[in-house]
Amino acid sequence: MERNLMKGNEALAEAAIRAGCKCFFGYPITPQTELAAYMAKRMHKAGGVFLQAESEIAAINMVLGAASTGVRAMTSSSSPGISLKSEGVSYIAGSDLPAVIINVERGGPGLGGIQPSQADYWQATKALGHGDFQLLVYAPASVQEMVDYVVKAFDRADKYRMPAMILADGLLGQMMEPVTFPEINPEAYDKSGWAANGHKMKREHHIINSLYLKPDELENSILERYKKYDIIKETETEAELYLTEDCDILVCAFGATARVVKSAVNDARAQGIKAGLFRPKTLWPFPVKEINEAAKNAKKLLSVEMSMGQMIDDIKLAINCSKPVEFFGRTGGVIPSPAEVLGEIKRMGGAL
Amino acid sequence: MATTEILLAGFGGQGILFAGKILAYCGLMDNKELSWLPSYGPEMRGGTCNCSVTISDDPIGSPLVLTPHLLIAMNQPSFDKFVSCVRPGGKVFFDSTMIEPETDRTDIELYGIPSQQMADDNNLKGGSNIILLGKLLKETNICSLETMQKAIEKVVPPKKAALIPNNFKAIDLGMNA
Repeated sequence: MERNLMKGNEALAEAAIRAGCKCFFGYPITPQTELAAYMAKRMHKAGGVFLQAESEIAAINMVLGAASTGVRAMTSSSSPGISLKSEGVSYIAGSDLPAVIINVERGGPGLGGIQPSQADYWQATKALGHGDFQLLVYAPASVQEMVDYVVKAFDRADKYRMPAMILADGLLGQMMEPVTFPEINPEAYDKSGWAANGHKMKREHHIINSLYLKPDELENSILERYKKYDIIKETETEAELYLTEDCDILVCAFGATARVVKSAVNDARAQGIKAGLFRPKTLWPFPVKEINEAAKNAKKLLSVEMSMGQMIDDIKLAINCSKPVEFFGRTGGVIPSPAEVLGEIKRMGGAL
Repeated sequence: MATTEILLAGFGGQGILFAGKILAYCGLMDNKELSWLPSYGPEMRGGTCNCSVTISDDPIGSPLVLTPHLLIAMNQPSFDKFVSCVRPGGKVFFDSTMIEPETDRTDIELYGIPSQQMADDNNLKGGSNIILLGKLLKETNICSLETMQKAIEKVVPPKKAALIPNNFKAIDLGMNA
């Protein structure tokens, strides 16, 4: 297969088009803009619609509308823009609609900065909007994984009729790496039972709705959705376990930070310290079984994040606080260096 | 395990990202692992600009180059800022038209050529970056001349294909400087 050299943002867009995305609605924001620019250039040639909305809020509601008709629809933004989209995401979840949302994170809160960050972990995995709901959250760590997980996100969104998010960051969005595009034959899910795409007087109306004024009806709709979530937690977790079999110190990191950590783990091994890496590729559902497998021989865990420490909560929950979990992070757009992470590993190694 | 980390730095508009892209494509042509990471802040709008390129036989960890084996510096602030980060035994290529190479490092090799002047003298406007790439090609074993020429053909957009011979000429000038 031909290796192409592409920016992460461009690869996300190309993969979406190949996965059969027919509608893209966006609004420019650094460091995600190349994605929308690529869509502007290519989408019409692929027979789809690109539209630069008047705001992020408009864009996500256009996604809601397009998804209601059963077509594959996507939007992308960066942290402050995702906050603006949160109301629409909640409505999409409440209406059981498939859609893909991409967050190329930058530093926050507020307008924050434009350099890479992972401080939207809580937002993505716990509360991207009001109400009881989850999104599937994928955390790619390379340009190739940007491609692979966009394809998967569209598939799983359709399969489970729910929104899926790619949680990337400015580093992954801006960097170029070799990437290959696999043959993609998107599975065609039957949407004829719910899509509001014209009844031609031949069937009942399909109504897309998230409003249930009777509490028991709303409760039932949520309980149904949570049955789906249980299946997803059982079947959709993914993680990379690297040198974990004999590790004393298990370092946990996702996305771009996991690359920094992998370098540090290799350096630690070269110095005789038994370090390993646990990298969740799905952040929701969090890979509980996988982290327990990775941590089985570890004495201590370390969570490394580009934030003040958010995934560390899920780590502690996943291992039921059975081992000490420490934290190291840089935030505000600062990327931790392999040397800094190695320093932390050595500090913990000395205290074993 | 051969890994080469390269940092390119200068003013926005000097072709830092473009030169980095050529190096990245050299890695692609030679079937290596590689990463290219630009600075994308206010730099892009005309201030200082830098670009990290890593070429390796193995999968690449952090794409951010903090301690380069090779540095291309195209202005004084970049030279001053990054010369101290170069790994011992590393090489620094700089435009001596623009830069006074003041450093107390004795464990690195400095290659200054008047690339800006050479570009002007040879009617290669904006070719200073490529002349420095030619010098880097000569003094390292990063790739073959043929690979770099193929990379240039890939990176120069089709609309500007007429500029490919100028880029080849710039590489040649750098290699013989």
